[in-house]
Formats: sequence, C-alpha cells, structure tokens
Amino acid sequence: MAFSGGCIRFSAQFRYFPIMGVLCFFTLVGCGGQPSAETKKGNGAADKAPVPALRGNIQVDGSSTVRPIGEAVAKRYAEVQSQVQVDVGGRGTGNGFKRLIAKEIDFSQASRPVTPNEAKLLKEAGVEFLEVPVAYDGLTIVVHSANDWVKELTVEQLKKIYAEDATAQNWSDIDPSWPNEPMKLFAPGTGSGTYDYFCEVIGGKLRTGISLNEDDNALVTGVSGNQYSIGFFGVAYFEENRSKLRAIPIVNPKTGVAVLPEREAIEKNDYSPFSRPLFVYVNRQSLDRAEVRSFLKYYIESAPELVQNVGYVKLPSDVWTKVNEIVANPQANLGSRFLNANGEKKEGSFLELFLGQSDAAKSEAPAGAATGQEGQ
Amino acid sequence: MNRGLPIPSALEQKRYRPTGSARRSERVVVALLMACALGTIALSVLIVLMLLRESWSFFSSPNVSLTQFLFGTRWTALEVRDLEKVEFGIWPLLSGTLRVTGIAMLIAWPMGLITAIYLSEFASNRVRKILKPSLEILAGIPTVVFGYFAVLLISPGLQWFSPSFDTFNATSAGIAVGILCLPLVCSLAEDALSAVPTSLREAVYSLGGTRMNTALNVVLPSALSGVISAMLLAFSRALGETMVVALAAGTLATFTLDPRQQSQTMTGFIVEMLKSDLEYGTVQYYSLFGVALALFVITFVMTLLGQLIRRRYREVYQ
Repeated sequence: MAFSGGCIRFSAQFRYFPIMGVLCFFTLVGCGGQPSAETKKGNGAADKAPVPALRGNIQVDGSSTVRPIGEAVAKRYAEVQSQVQVDVGGRGTGNGFKRLIAKEIDFSQASRPVTPNEAKLLKEAGVEFLEVPVAYDGLTIVVHSANDWVKELTVEQLKKIYAEDATAQNWSDIDPSWPNEPMKLFAPGTGSGTYDYFCEVIGGKLRTGISLNEDDNALVTGVSGNQYSIGFFGVAYFEENRSKLRAIPIVNPKTGVAVLPEREAIEKNDYSPFSRPLFVYVNRQSLDRAEVRSFLKYYIESAPELVQNVGYVKLPSDVWTKVNEIVANPQANLGSRFLNANGEKKEGSFLELFLGQSDAAKSEAPAGAATGQEGQ
Repeated sequence: MNRGLPIPSALEQKRYRPTGSARRSERVVVALLMACALGTIALSVLIVLMLLRESWSFFSSPNVSLTQFLFGTRWTALEVRDLEKVEFGIWPLLSGTLRVTGIAMLIAWPMGLITAIYLSEFASNRVRKILKPSLEILAGIPTVVFGYFAVLLISPGLQWFSPSFDTFNATSAGIAVGILCLPLVCSLAEDALSAVPTSLREAVYSLGGTRMNTALNVVLPSALSGVISAMLLAFSRALGETMVVALAAGTLATFTLDPRQQSQTMTGFIVEMLKSDLEYGTVQYYSLFGVALALFVITFVMTLLGQLIRRRYREVYQ
C-alpha cells in the first residue's frame, strides 16, 4: 500500500521523498487521533491485591465510539500489568467484527449488537465469543456552537435531514424560520456502528451528499468548522469538544419532551431513541491466555468508573450483575443475546433481551436500545 | 627511489592487464547491476499488470458500465450500500483531483519558477547558501504535516477571509499541495537554468543587456524544456498526492468548479475505501482499482507529454 503517492521520480535534491513516503505511511496508520481519555489514578479493586506479573500482547479494535473506554482501561491496566501490551484501535464496529472473524484480535468493541450475518461468519470461522455490554451512550446530534436557530429536533426532522429520500437542501427546508443556507451534513462512515444505529432509528438508509468519515475527530473538525454544519457521534466526543459544538435536544417520541444527552437522561432512557448500549465482544479462545482473562476482569471491574470519566453512562446494577455472571462463567454464556437459535435478530429492548424477559420488569427500562427493525 | 617498497610482480613483468579474478568479479558485479536495473522494470510491469487485473474485476462487473464510469457525474461507492443503486461516474473524483492540482499549480509554478530564476541568475552566493538548504527543508517536511497545516491553519484562515469556505475544501488542500510541490519545481527548474552556458550570458552583457534581459530573454528560453518538464513533474506529483488531500480536502465527492467546497480526490477516495468496511471482493472495493488505473493513465500521459516537450524544445550547447 504505497501511500507515498506521487513519488514518481526523484532527483538527487529530492532524496527525502522516499523517507517522506515511509513517514506518511506510518503516520497514516496511526493518524486516527482520539479524545484523550481522562483517567485519574484510580482505586480499582485490582490495584490492591498483589497480582502475578503477566506478559503478552492483547489486540483490541472496533468501534471508534467505544475506543475511549478501551483506551482508558488499557491505560490504567498498564499500571497494574506493565508487561502486557494492549493495543486499542478504532477502525469501526464493522471492521472490528471482521478482524474478530479473522482471529486477528482478542476484543472487538462495538456500538451495536452483532448482526446475524456477522454471527454466521463468526460461527463459520469457528470463533466463539462472549457479549459484554459495558456502557450506555447517547448518540449525540451536534451543530456548530454559533448555530442559534435549532432549538430541538424530532426524529421526523432528522429523517428530513438525513434519510435516503430526503430532499431538503437548506436549513429553511426543514423549518421556514431557519436560515436559507445549505446544510452541511456529516456522519460516521458506513463501517461504523453509530451509522448503523442511526439508520435503524430513522428506519432506512442515509442519503447521498453526506460527508462520511470513519474518524470521529474529523467529524468534530468538520462540524465545528462551519456554522451550517450538523453531524452525530457518541457522546464522549461531544464531551471532549463542548466548547466548539452544541448538542441538540432530541424530542422523545413517547413523552414529546426535548431531552439533552445528559447522564441521567441517557441512563433512564429519557434520551430516546438515541440511548444505546455499547459492547465488547471477546474471542472465547483468547480467554485461554492468562493475560486476556486478567484484562477482561480488569475491564469489567474498572468500566463502571472509567466509562463516566470518558463521558459515557454506566449500566444499571442488574445488567452489571449479569455481566459479572457472564465473565465468571464464559463457557455457559457464549453467543449473542440479541439473536435467536436460528441466528435471527430478536425483537425487544436491550434490557428485555439482555436480562431475559422476566428480569426486565424490575428495571426501569432503557427500551428501544436494541430494537429490531431491519438492521444492516 | 624504491626504498624497499616491493613492486607487485605483475608490474615487474609488465603485465598491464586485470587479473583473471578481477575480471570474474567484475562480471559478477555488472550482472548484479543489471539485475537491479531489470528488477525496477519488472516491478513497474508487475504493478501495471496487477492494476489491470484488479480493475478488470471492476469493469467487468454487470453493475458497471464504461460509459457511466467515463462520463458519469455522480460517485457514490462509499455512500450507497445497495450495489444496484451505486453510481460509478469518475467525474466528481476527477474534478476534485483537478481542482486541488490546479490550485496547487497556481502556487507552485510561478513561485517555483521565480525562485529558481532568482537563485540561478540574481542571488549572491551568501543568499543562495541560506535559500537552497531552506528549500530542501521544505522538501523534507512529511506530507502529513502539510495536511494538518491545511486543516488547522489554512482552512480557518480562508474561513476568516470568507465564511463560505467549508472546513475541508479544495483550496486549502490545494495551497498545501502547492507548497509541497514548490521545492520540486524550483530545484529542477534551477538545475535547467544553471545548465545554460555562461558564454550565452556573457554575450548578452557584451551587447549591453541587463541581467533582467539575460534572465528572461536568453536564459529562460534556452532552458525552457527543462523548466517545462519540471512543471509537469510537479503536476504529476500533485495529482498523486494522497496524505494532504485525505486530511484536508474532505470525504465528499463533488462535481463542481467551486474551490470552496469539499472535494474528494481520486487518491483521497482510495484511502477512504481502504478504511471503510467494504470487503475485498465487492465491486465497490474493486472500484478503487478502477480509480487507480484512471489515475495511472493520467500520470502516464503527463510523463509522455513531458518527454515529448523535452525533446521538442531541447537546445543543446557545447
């Protein structure tokens, strides 16, 4: 893959060009920047007990939305197990699953549940996996901080802006009182779980003419650079860039009240339909390695605190009980809870499906999270 | 005279010829050199063959028509997931590439040429000692730095000038690519200018010409072929530039002449396709090779053109 592009010919004066080519290749590989995950020196349970020193290399990839969590955990884990190298990537949920199928990675982070097709491919590749929800995210719709006309948006209006059959070009096409200026649309790339989730909510595909980018930081730059922009991504990237962006309150279709993606609203699912769970999928075979077991355990122990540090919302306690159960007994908890025995998508909310019907009643309910409609 | 230094026996016997072992080892070295030279040719051929084979997978797909590819004005390979609905028209990407390259050349050609003329005809040795290394430094800056320079500095600057500029736009990427190509134009053009024999300059002076007369009316026309091929080389370099446009030109393929808009280029599209979740084997993925082939054809034509021009305008002096 020669990213050096135009090194067609170089004369003596341009002996630097090959070097530049190599440099820019490496930089490209590492150029997906990330919001610096704020981690304070912590008091995770694992800090206390003396732990045997482990060695090894753990590969984590997948959703760029979940990436800040993985990074925060890996950063703190390095203080406990300095000999274990944890690499956290953010190529997107779809690419993460692809690498999990190819057995290239141990953990695939995902901002949507595994799709029936991916589960089938995993099965064919002989990869057994654990499904671990780690946090709630509020998919945040953002505009430029100087945008003072959009007070709130409904799902219907979002459809008029983003859906495949949308014809609106200017802001005034959505609401006549808004400026007669073209909308600049931004969205995560098609490999992103956030893209898929958004499609699911508006019930269809996205139109053309949107600037798609797999790098959430590029979306932040794009939206914050033009007054007439609009875009969306995980709430952590908004929290990192509060000074440049403004989050739009979204009208909850059930209550009719416009809600901002704030912690409590996401947790109680008032921020509907854009509250969603984030997951980590673990290759079961990788758990045969002590360092992977140790990292997973550490991930689960530190996640409730760390997800809040990076801007997400911790899961309710009954979900957390279940998560601990899954991790304690991986063999009995393989596979996805969002797919039925035939590998088809189950209907129901995240809590109903994850906890099983009977338990769901106990918890006041982020519904809508993993609802069925046709997924991608 | 001899002071005890032993004379090699071969010299003593007046055998002024290479020894057998020297001849053998030289033959080996020459063979190695030739293998290297042939290796480069073989590599180029292999790359072209690979490009042709992979792009054949694209052009032979029933969802792709050559007419649409060559004349279509919508490119939605990354946006639309249904293969039936994807449109593969190269013009948005091509126009993006040409917009960025055009703006880059507006900067690199005049500035590079003027700097070259100044360096070769007017600058004192002291000035040259400072200017030439700083140009080399400019040539040594990694392209990714230029990319961020465009996003973080040039773009906001343009937006301050006129808010109608997008954050990612053809102009800021073009300016950055232009700066990137500047040392290339300058250095090659200067080589061509200083290769013009001093006797020509002296002839102009003896006729009462000024230094400006000399530079513009005699030296520049004499070096024209070298100057033009420097420009064409920079053009090809800008066409193929990837990192700057991937960072600064945006990810939306637009068919327009407006330099304020996003403009995904051919190389920018290839990068985005590699980053996307579309798998090797899908027509959309293969479209990457179709685009790469188109890019190759364009740069190849530019190189040929450069050769032709060099031959046509070449002036030989003893």
